Amino acid sequence: MTGTTGPHLETSYDAPLSIEEVEAQVQDRRVRRRSRARISAVIYPVMTVVGTLVAWEFATRAFGIPAYLLPAPSQIAVSLAENAALILKHGWVTTIEIVLGFLLSIVVGVPLALAIFMWPAFSRSVLPLLVSSQAMPKVAVAPLFLVWFGFGLLPKVLIAFLIAFFPIVIGTAVGLASIEQEKIHLARSMGLGTAATFFKIRLPSALPSVFGGLKISITLAVVGAVVGEFVGGDAGLGYLLMVANGNIDTPLLFAGLVALTVQGVVLFFLVELVERLAIPRQTAAVVAGLA
Amino acid sequence: MADPGLSTTLTRPGEPRATPADAPAARPYLEFRNLTKVYATDDGPVRALDQISLAQRQGEFLSILGPSGCGKSTLMMIAAGLLPASNGLVVVRGQRVVAPRTDIGIIFQSPVLLEWRTALGNIMLQAEARHLDRRGAERRARELLTAVGLAGFEGKYPDELSGGMRQRVSLCRALIHNPPQLLMDEPFGALDALTRDQLVLDLQRLWNETRMTVLFITHSVAEAVFLSDRVIVMTPRPGRIDRVIDIDLPRPRTLAMRESPEFNGYNRQILDLLLARGVLREC
Repeated sequence: MTGTTGPHLETSYDAPLSIEEVEAQVQDRRVRRRSRARISAVIYPVMTVVGTLVAWEFATRAFGIPAYLLPAPSQIAVSLAENAALILKHGWVTTIEIVLGFLLSIVVGVPLALAIFMWPAFSRSVLPLLVSSQAMPKVAVAPLFLVWFGFGLLPKVLIAFLIAFFPIVIGTAVGLASIEQEKIHLARSMGLGTAATFFKIRLPSALPSVFGGLKISITLAVVGAVVGEFVGGDAGLGYLLMVANGNIDTPLLFAGLVALTVQGVVLFFLVELVERLAIPRQTAAVVAGLA
Repeated sequence: MADPGLSTTLTRPGEPRATPADAPAARPYLEFRNLTKVYATDDGPVRALDQISLAQRQGEFLSILGPSGCGKSTLMMIAAGLLPASNGLVVVRGQRVVAPRTDIGIIFQSPVLLEWRTALGNIMLQAEARHLDRRGAERRARELLTAVGLAGFEGKYPDELSGGMRQRVSLCRALIHNPPQLLMDEPFGALDALTRDQLVLDLQRLWNETRMTVLFITHSVAEAVFLSDRVIVMTPRPGRIDRVIDIDLPRPRTLAMRESPEFNGYNRQILDLLLARGVLREC
């Protein structure tokens, strides 16, 4: 080990070993490395979160920060526990809005992308409109929706939809367009018709990109629903945040934020779960690429 | 007619079968008549192919050899009915090609496998598209996989296979429906030398069993000489037919034959031609 710099090679030579012995040794090392990696994948993020919470708790106490400015994690936890029923009730309302907005985004976004892909004339006429609709701050449209659709569920669903559908359109259209031309040539030489080519080749090829759009969309649907509740409503986590804010109940405000975060993460992973089930091969390839 | 227009459906070659009544020597299987292809670009027209006229006998193994950019791949796409010629005709068994041909098996430089289908599933795509009897097709697919040394890999997905294995699957997919013609566009170009040798041998064996009419696009002199009955050497752009060389070597050809004086004579002849055209330079 003299004179070497940088990381050491994982090698040892005490005595010549047979290939079987080396085999066992190398395989054993791999198993140990794997289990270490698996443990650290859990331990590290947990330690980071716990460390942050402890520092936060400690800081608020040490510096005497009032709860209405920045509540300690323990106070937020207490508020979460005390208001559990309330948060669940409002969380349910928000969930319905998000899911409906998201589903509407799929129902509108995917066919829209198909039309854009299939008819260039349609694409040329609609795409500029679509892009400018996205450049427009959708939060600003929320009051208008309130005027048009009242204070109920509908305006929230529509705002969630308006914010969330665009990534689905783009993801689907890009997925459909980015197919290898050879695959289409191959299909033609097999005598595969347009519809069969679409369902057997084009659509499955596009799915990874479609799911990319869906995952962005679900997180945006959460934003849309909460914005809708901010502007006008009598239910939902966004409404709860406004109420907590009005009462200067900052711990409840934080509790609502925690609930929204958990909700967003759960919904995101549900979409990802569907992705894994729908396209296991392609997802595995992408995950392997990231790792 | 300036542009035959592939979208119009006049007659279609369909799926012609080799019939003994059809004297193969009399009528060529595939014919190019004054085929010219020009691409319109922002920098003006680009000539890809210039007046290609060629007839391929039924059962003939014909190679098109030329440098990169001589329009070989364009020629194959036109032969497959996947790309319209700018001028001239493609004729298959006496009928003009005006739509994508389905009497072919086609192999590209890349395997073009569907990632979500297994090796067997990818081969069966061809059978599904043609509504072949499922059980019979599956048996044939397994036979083909065995023939190219992939027995036991039926259930593997493309990302679990090496480049050579994927191209073998692609070969099986092109053969499962017993096409009268095989079109191959530099099929072994992306493979390592040993895998290439093996696949060339496999291809020769399969061709010997079926006697398909093979149009083989390549830039490898040795590969062309080894496999072909005839080699068409193309000029650099625009692609014209430079010389037609009959390869009169006994079949089946063996690896050892590559060292024979006859084989090297053909090699030399083609290399000299490429040197004369400035495709190759010796200092």
